[in-house]
This record gives sequence, structure tokens and C-alpha cells, in this order.
Amino acid sequence: MGMLVSLRDWIDARFPLTKMWEEHLSKYYAPKNFNFWYFFGSLALLVLVIQIITGIFLTMNYKPDATQAFASVEYIMRDVDWGWLIRYMHSTGASAFFIVVYLHMFRGLLYGSYKGPRELIWLFGMMIYLALMAEAFFGYLLPWGQMSYWGAQVIVSLFGAIPGIGDSLSLWIRGDYVISDVTLNRFFALHVIAVPLVLLVLVVMHILALHEVGSNNPDGVEIKKNKDENGIPKDGIPFHPYYTVKDIVGVVVFLMFFSFVIFFVPEGGGFFLESPNFQPADPLKTPPHIAPVWYFTPYYAMLRAITFDIGPMSSKFLGVIVMGAAVVILFFLPWLDRSPVKSIRYRGPIYKIMLGLFVAAFVMLGYLGTQAPTDTKTMFAQLGTAVYFAFFLLMPIYSKIDPTKPVPERVTGGH
Amino acid sequence: MSGDGVDTSKRRFLIAATTVVGGVGAVYTAVPFLASWLPSERAKAAGAPVEADFSKLELGQMMRVQWRGKPVWVLKRTEEMLQALPTLDDRLRDPNSLEPQQPPYCQNTDRSIKPEILVMVGICTHLGCSPSFVPEALPQPFDPEWKGGFHCPCHGSKFDLAGRVFKGVPAPLNMVVPPYKYISETQVMVGVGEDEGAA
Repeated sequence: MGMLVSLRDWIDARFPLTKMWEEHLSKYYAPKNFNFWYFFGSLALLVLVIQIITGIFLTMNYKPDATQAFASVEYIMRDVDWGWLIRYMHSTGASAFFIVVYLHMFRGLLYGSYKGPRELIWLFGMMIYLALMAEAFFGYLLPWGQMSYWGAQVIVSLFGAIPGIGDSLSLWIRGDYVISDVTLNRFFALHVIAVPLVLLVLVVMHILALHEVGSNNPDGVEIKKNKDENGIPKDGIPFHPYYTVKDIVGVVVFLMFFSFVIFFVPEGGGFFLESPNFQPADPLKTPPHIAPVWYFTPYYAMLRAITFDIGPMSSKFLGVIVMGAAVVILFFLPWLDRSPVKSIRYRGPIYKIMLGLFVAAFVMLGYLGTQAPTDTKTMFAQLGTAVYFAFFLLMPIYSKIDPTKPVPERVTGGH
Repeated sequence: MSGDGVDTSKRRFLIAATTVVGGVGAVYTAVPFLASWLPSERAKAAGAPVEADFSKLELGQMMRVQWRGKPVWVLKRTEEMLQALPTLDDRLRDPNSLEPQQPPYCQNTDRSIKPEILVMVGICTHLGCSPSFVPEALPQPFDPEWKGGFHCPCHGSKFDLAGRVFKGVPAPLNMVVPPYKYISETQVMVGVGEDEGAA
């Protein structure tokens, strides 16, 4: 023991080990009333680690070359010992990442976690979400299947809708006149180096900002307003061991679901790995039905919902604008919400109805984005798009007039 | 910044000047990195013109060749197909091909040099998918009054058998007719126009 203690003291004199441990774990006081929804932050961190580790091992056998990429993925699946497991962990991890992150974001909507003083946490989180979408998009080209190829073709062409510079911009992104070996090689570099580095930095900033202001909770009560004589929030408990242990339970349950998918339904019913991607990319033939992976489909449905021109703006350009705006508007959430309370527990009926409609619209758009377009489906997609934007654009009004209940001084839960 | 005997305005000027010069240097340093993303010399060379020999094509049949990595279609249209084209004009966004989506010598009803042979880049002008060839003039799930044409599976855009875009679909423009010229009765050179040298 004595040896270890003196080793720790030796390090502490040279590096803030104990200080950091205390600041972020053993003396980081989190509200004692966290519920189910508070599992998803730590789970997102777990999935990030899974993706990085499995990703590193996949690069050891993958070849970022248009003539070899598809075959190298099949090689990993068939010939590399346990290669199939590592690849299925990575492909399932991508979908799991988005499931966890969407639930994590929904938690923010439920309890007003984006409201002051936590605006920067929300902004860093949104940047993580953007980086994650970029990471998923670049990664999806790498297996060089039909869906990889044509999905990338569609998304890169989106930039072509920008008036004036659009065509040169998409040429610059592809580095060729079509998606080609050049594009594959640079997307590989972005997927394995550039975006992961950005993601890691953003995650650190997200957590540092969180630990600076302290966690929100299901009551939306600031626990730092009620401190005991030692300056410790009365409703706070140290993150370690209380929440580390609690999160381990979440991890176990998560891994049960995760393992079930990997071992029994690795393709996720065509949602996690789409069947056209089992054919090598063919630049001369588009698959009969193109749909992005499920986590992009709500935005994709919005893109397709715009089938009309407005003045000089073509439907194509407007579709791209709507799709971009749907993501960008999330960044403004902290300033759109004018409610005096944070948590849904003390909000009035209007916010509850709007949030319900918003979630229903998002799920419906997600479904429609996987389907081939018909007139009826396009109409529903237009409706869903309107509801999606109404949730944000009308928020300054309805969040202000919505009657609220009094917020308690201390967190609830009867302990 | 109010130390003893320190000329703060001079110091501030030097800091600003250093920042500006350093910033300009950083911007110039970014140029090679950004420019490295442009199509390489090899990619540009691969964009050379290609020949398409359609001597074996039956009436109503279509063949595909690759030019600049894109599918180029060569379709031999039947008399009925050509006659159906003008009947569609009021359902089209740009029936007279006013937008510069074709070389000037193809700005006509059938968007071709010789009416029966259509040469066209097989890429949807919406988001770059390759539309499906649906030549039969039969009612289709996406159009009960279908006269034959191209249907994009990605977002439902519709084009007639001259690649002219329908109204009310996401694609904004007619499909692209590349520059091409006849080098014999049954051969075209794609990528080089009638009115020019190599494109």
C-alpha cells in the first residue's frame, strides 16, 4: 500500500492525477434524482470507445481502393479470424450510436437541459451530432457496395444545388467527375483520422462544460443553489461511486441488446446494413430503391418533401435548404425556448403536445425516408416537415404563453 | 498592458502586424492542401472522349457506355417513340430545351443530331442517381398516362424519351446531352462536339 501511495504522491507532484479524479469523478456532485434517461450520455461514450477500437482493427485488413475495397470487406467477413464479429460490432455500433444519441437529445428536450446556463453544452453536443453524421456518411462509402456508392453520389450532389459554386464544390469534394477511387481514399482518411479527432475534442469540451456548470436533472432544479456547510450541494451525490455503479447497470442492459443484434440480426432487418450493399458498387446502374441508413431518413424525407419551386428557387435547392435548416435550427434551441421552467414536469400542456407531435413527426419522417416516394407519402412528408419546423419556429410563442407549475426548491423523489 | 516605460501602442501595433502577416501565411499554406482535393491530372486524363458503336442496337433498345465515369446512354428510338414526344409538351418543365443542358446543335424536339439516336448522360439532374429506362407506353404506378421515358428510383423524377423533365418532380432540369459527333453511320464520339476539337 505504502508503495502505491508514494507512487500516487510522486505523480501528483508532477501531474494533476488526484485533482482530475476528484474534479470529474469522486467529488463531482451530480443530482441524486437521475432517472432512466440519464443512462445515455455514458452509453454514448461507451459506443464511441467500441467504434474506435473495432475501427482500428478493421483498418488492419480493409483496403481503401475502389478495386479492392468490397473484396477486402468480404475478406474480413469470411477469412479473418473473428473478423465478422469485429465488423458487425462496428456496423451495429454505428446504429447504436445514433439510437443512444437520439435518446440523449430527447432527454435534453424533456428536461430543458439546453437552457441557461447549459447553452454551450448543447452547442458542443450539436457539433458532436454533426461530426457524427459526417463520420457515419464517410464510413458508409467504405464497403463500396451499391448503396455506399449511390448514397454518397446523392449526398455529394446536394452541394451541387448551391447556386453558382455548387458544381465546382461537388467536383472538389469528389476529386473526380463521379464518385471514384479518389473519393473513396479521401473519405477513408476523413473517417479514420480527421473526424474522429474532431469528435474526441468535442466530447472532451462537452464534458468539461458539463462539469463546469453541473448536471441538470428531471426536476430542472439547480442543485448548486442549496449547499451544505461544506459547500456540497444538498441534493448532490458524488458521481463515483454512485453513478459509475448505476451506469454499469445501464451498460450491462445495453450490451445485452447490442449482443443480441450482433449475434442474431446483424443486418438489423435491413435497417443497419442495407441489402443492396451486398453488391459491389456499379457506377452505371442505380439500385431500384435508394434509401440512406435509418438515422438519416428523417432529413432525407424532408429533402424529398420539397417538390415545388418558389420563385426563382428550384425545388432541388429548396429541398437542400430545408434539409440543412432542419439540422441547423437545433442549434438555436436554447434561445427559442422562452419558458421560465426547464423540466417538462412543470411545463403546461402546450409544450407536452408540441413535443409529442414533434417526436411523432420525426418518427414518421424517418419511416417515410425509407420508403419509395408516392404522392400520398410525399404529402405526409410535407406535413411532417411542417410539424418539425413548427415545433421550433413557434416555440418562442408557445413556450412563453404555456402555463407552468411552481418548481420546487429541492429535487423530488422522496428521499 | 500598463507596465513601466512600456509603449503599449507600439506593442499593440506589433502584435497586430505579426498576427496579420502570420494569418496571411496560414491562409496561403492552406492553398496546397485544399487544391490537392481537385481532380488530379490522371482523373482529368480519364475524362477523354469515348467512342460508342451502336450498329448492333435494335429499334427501341438502349446501350450504355462510360464517359468520365458516368453512364452515357445511346438509345435507338422507334417512330412511335418520336411521335409521342411533342404530345407531352404541356406536362414538361422545359419542353423547348431553353436551359443549356445540351449542345446548341441538339436544341430541338428530340434533343439529338439524328432524331432516332438519343445520346444522353444517364444521370438524374436532381441528385445524380441513374434513372431506370421504362420504354413501354403503359400505365405505371408512378404515372397512369406514361408514354415511355425514364423514371428515377431515388426521388421519383420523370423524364420523357428525350430526357426532358416532367413538371412536379424534384429534378429541376432536363437531362444532359453531352457533346458528341458522328464518326460514321453507326458510331458516335462522346465528349467532343460537332463544332469543336476534343472537349
